[in-house]
Amino acid sequence: MSTKQLYSITALFDSPDEIIHAASETSKAGYTKYDVNTPYPVHGMDGAMQLKPSRLGFFAMAFGLLGAVSAIGFMTWVTLIEYPLVIGGKPFWSWPAFVPVSFELTVLLASVLSVVAMIVIYFKFPNNAHPLHDTKYMKAVSSDKFGINIQAEDPKFDEKAVTEFFKSLGGKEITPVYFDEDELSHGQKLFDPKFIGILAVVAVIASGTTYFIFNQLMFMPPFNWMMTQEKLKAQKPSELFSDGIGMRNPVDGTVARGFLPYPFKGQLDSVGKYLVNPLLPTKEVLETGKQKYLTFCSPCHGNFAQGDSRLRGQFPNPPTLHSDKVRNWHDGNIYHVITEGQNVMPSYAPQIARDDRWAIIHYLRALQRAQNAKESDFK
Amino acid sequence: MSTTVIDYTKELPVVEGRPTASQIEVVVTAPLDQFPPRKWWYAFAVTLSMLSIGGFCIGMSLYKGLGLWGVNQPVGWGFDIVNFVFWVGIGHAGTLISAILFLLRQRWRTGIARFAEAMTIFAVMCAGLFPLMHTGRQWLPMYLTPYPNQHGLWVNFTSPLLWDVFAVSTYFTVSLVFWYLGLIPDLATLRDRTTSKIKKTIYSIFSLGWRHSNRHWQHYERAYLILAGFATPLVLSVHTIVSFDFAVSVIPGWHTTIFPPYFVAGAVFSGFAMVQNVLIFVRQYFNLKHIITLDHLEKMNKVMVLTGSMVGYAYAMEFFIAWYSGSQFETFVFLNRALGPYSWAYWTMVSCNVIFPQLFWIKKIRRSIPAMFLIGITVNIGMWFERFVIVVTSLSRDFLPSSWGHYTPTLYDAGLFLGSFGLFFTLILIFVRVLPVVSISEVKAVVEGAQPSHH
Ligand code: HEC
Repeated sequence: MSTKQLYSITALFDSPDEIIHAASETSKAGYTKYDVNTPYPVHGMDGAMQLKPSRLGFFAMAFGLLGAVSAIGFMTWVTLIEYPLVIGGKPFWSWPAFVPVSFELTVLLASVLSVVAMIVIYFKFPNNAHPLHDTKYMKAVSSDKFGINIQAEDPKFDEKAVTEFFKSLGGKEITPVYFDEDELSHGQKLFDPKFIGILAVVAVIASGTTYFIFNQLMFMPPFNWMMTQEKLKAQKPSELFSDGIGMRNPVDGTVARGFLPYPFKGQLDSVGKYLVNPLLPTKEVLETGKQKYLTFCSPCHGNFAQGDSRLRGQFPNPPTLHSDKVRNWHDGNIYHVITEGQNVMPSYAPQIARDDRWAIIHYLRALQRAQNAKESDFK
Repeated sequence: MSTTVIDYTKELPVVEGRPTASQIEVVVTAPLDQFPPRKWWYAFAVTLSMLSIGGFCIGMSLYKGLGLWGVNQPVGWGFDIVNFVFWVGIGHAGTLISAILFLLRQRWRTGIARFAEAMTIFAVMCAGLFPLMHTGRQWLPMYLTPYPNQHGLWVNFTSPLLWDVFAVSTYFTVSLVFWYLGLIPDLATLRDRTTSKIKKTIYSIFSLGWRHSNRHWQHYERAYLILAGFATPLVLSVHTIVSFDFAVSVIPGWHTTIFPPYFVAGAVFSGFAMVQNVLIFVRQYFNLKHIITLDHLEKMNKVMVLTGSMVGYAYAMEFFIAWYSGSQFETFVFLNRALGPYSWAYWTMVSCNVIFPQLFWIKKIRRSIPAMFLIGITVNIGMWFERFVIVVTSLSRDFLPSSWGHYTPTLYDAGLFLGSFGLFFTLILIFVRVLPVVSISEVKAVVEGAQPSHH
């Protein structure tokens, strides 16, 4: 009992009008360390107490900006620097797609952190050891009374004067509130062994379960289905099919994309009239043509199609492709030779895709023109 | 003659009969202090059984896999996604009431805000269940989040499904914080009222030491305003993003720009129907008829006519655009909706969402409890079917007739759906017994005479 100290003098009022009056009188009388406690926010109280407007909005703005900047920054880093992936043929940094996530993160940080900041910075909560807790006064203002209290810390505080002051305002149940310094400080020990113990137990349980789930559980049945489940593997038999073969042939009559059967078999002479090169000799096409030509044709025909085979002696030498005959051919005829082969030259249809064959032809034409340039080509 | 003139400038009293602050407290906290009556236990038994059916189906789906469900090619989104959208939509009414109506200074919201917010949280919990189950590898939920992992990969930030993860989890968190913020003063009041030591400890912990101090109220009110300001665009964004799951794809019937507003209106529509339905019971059993008044219910019904008509407009507009676009697939999908194998679902949707709610134009029906209850239920049925129609009809018949299919849900699908209702109502039943269903401090503040007279 000896350590009990005065915290404040409290007074109760019955109506909102009275409390507004009391609050404005108190602030006019020059008290600063006082507080008004009401079961709900009473309109006009901030003015009566001469409080400055809340600055919480600045916190919200700062946190919101933090959310927006970190979301955009993170997504930029992921999509441009850390692991650029082409998705849906869109640019790496397709910012419109970042709007939803950035918005959500802005809202999340702005609202949650503002509330946390309010509770921790402005209210200094959680705090259940305030002198006013568990007093009759607290119970009254929690329910339907309107209370005001002036604290002993106030420079103008004087027990008698304050009591008189409240009486003159019409306050009821004017009572002093005491607090016990030892008791207050006792409740706030952070390094309480019990508290630390609980924290340690929680940490061990949380990390233990996380480890168990990710490193053990995933490899136990039934969670390891992915490894044991029935599935088709390339080149392996399968019981699913009656013939026991895992790899399947296409259904009769199906045609794979880009593999239309060649309709002009053995018609080298007439094919030129029907087949037309579908590609334009653009830079890209010529590049592809060059690459494919060097890969597939140059070993026999030589880098410049002059028939200077690198295989000399081991394979019949092909003729030069700069002959008048080939130069006067339609693209379709060359296409025919690549597709069907000619005498000892085998068919290249299985190796070279249709469009690539046409690209090679463009490149071949470029070679022919370079070797047999006319005066007009230099203009 | 003069008696028929109504003064529209004067707001009706929000709370009927001028109860005193302590009277409000008594009625609101009464259920928390009594042992639950028989009726409550019956209801709890029913919802708990529903929940266990759902739990069983979840267990089986975890153990056996999603082959138990009706989803398959080409309808890979079935009941799971339908229920997800349905529940998220239900949740939206809560945020609308607590945030948007707060910004619009609709004081009548005070009586129903707490309850509606709780429903938001529970509905989002039910909603979250379905996509999680739908992933098929429910034990790998961390793959949904961008965390540094051994694959060196990040999530796809350009996918609407990922936006959804962010939107729904943000929505849940912010709603929870909003709800909790509103609860703090009430928990302090409960702390100061209770005589039980255990309860007092619990209330003390959760009220954080709130002292009703005006120096705190000042920031508190600002925080509430800020949260309302953020929650308003948030709630609109959530269902917008849910609609992106569909609208950003190229499936005919989904690939439309009308989806975001149409989904948001539908969400509010179904949410209000659900809130209205549940509140009818709550005000009845907890004697809150003077706090959750008939005026409240009527206002909710008015919101339902409005949003219902918006939804109806969207249905019409979809048809118009299908024709106007000249796209063969688009036109087909809508004809198929109305006349195809799922036409029964389509016409259930249209009649429940567009036709029945129009009865609310009649004041008598708007104020009749049985009538509004029935219409509320039809709205919920209709809105569930709306999602069913959108998800299933578009997927079952898209571009190539050779890859068309039919979707038939299995008993497990139905069990999971039932289970989500079990979860929702079980949580509600627990909520009404452990926390004040009406915001005590807010209602005290809007009773006549609660604010200074000069104000
Ligand atoms: C294995 C070596 C070899 C390769 C590789 C090869 N060819 Fe040939 N090519 C020949 C031979 C040998 C002939 C002559 C065949 C004959 O006697 O009619 C020939 C003939 C031709 C002819 C007809 C020339 C004429 O005057 O009748 C053309 C056109 C031709 N090749 C184009 C190509 C193209 C284009 C490629 C690359 C896709 C290619 N060849 C790849 C060996 C090859």
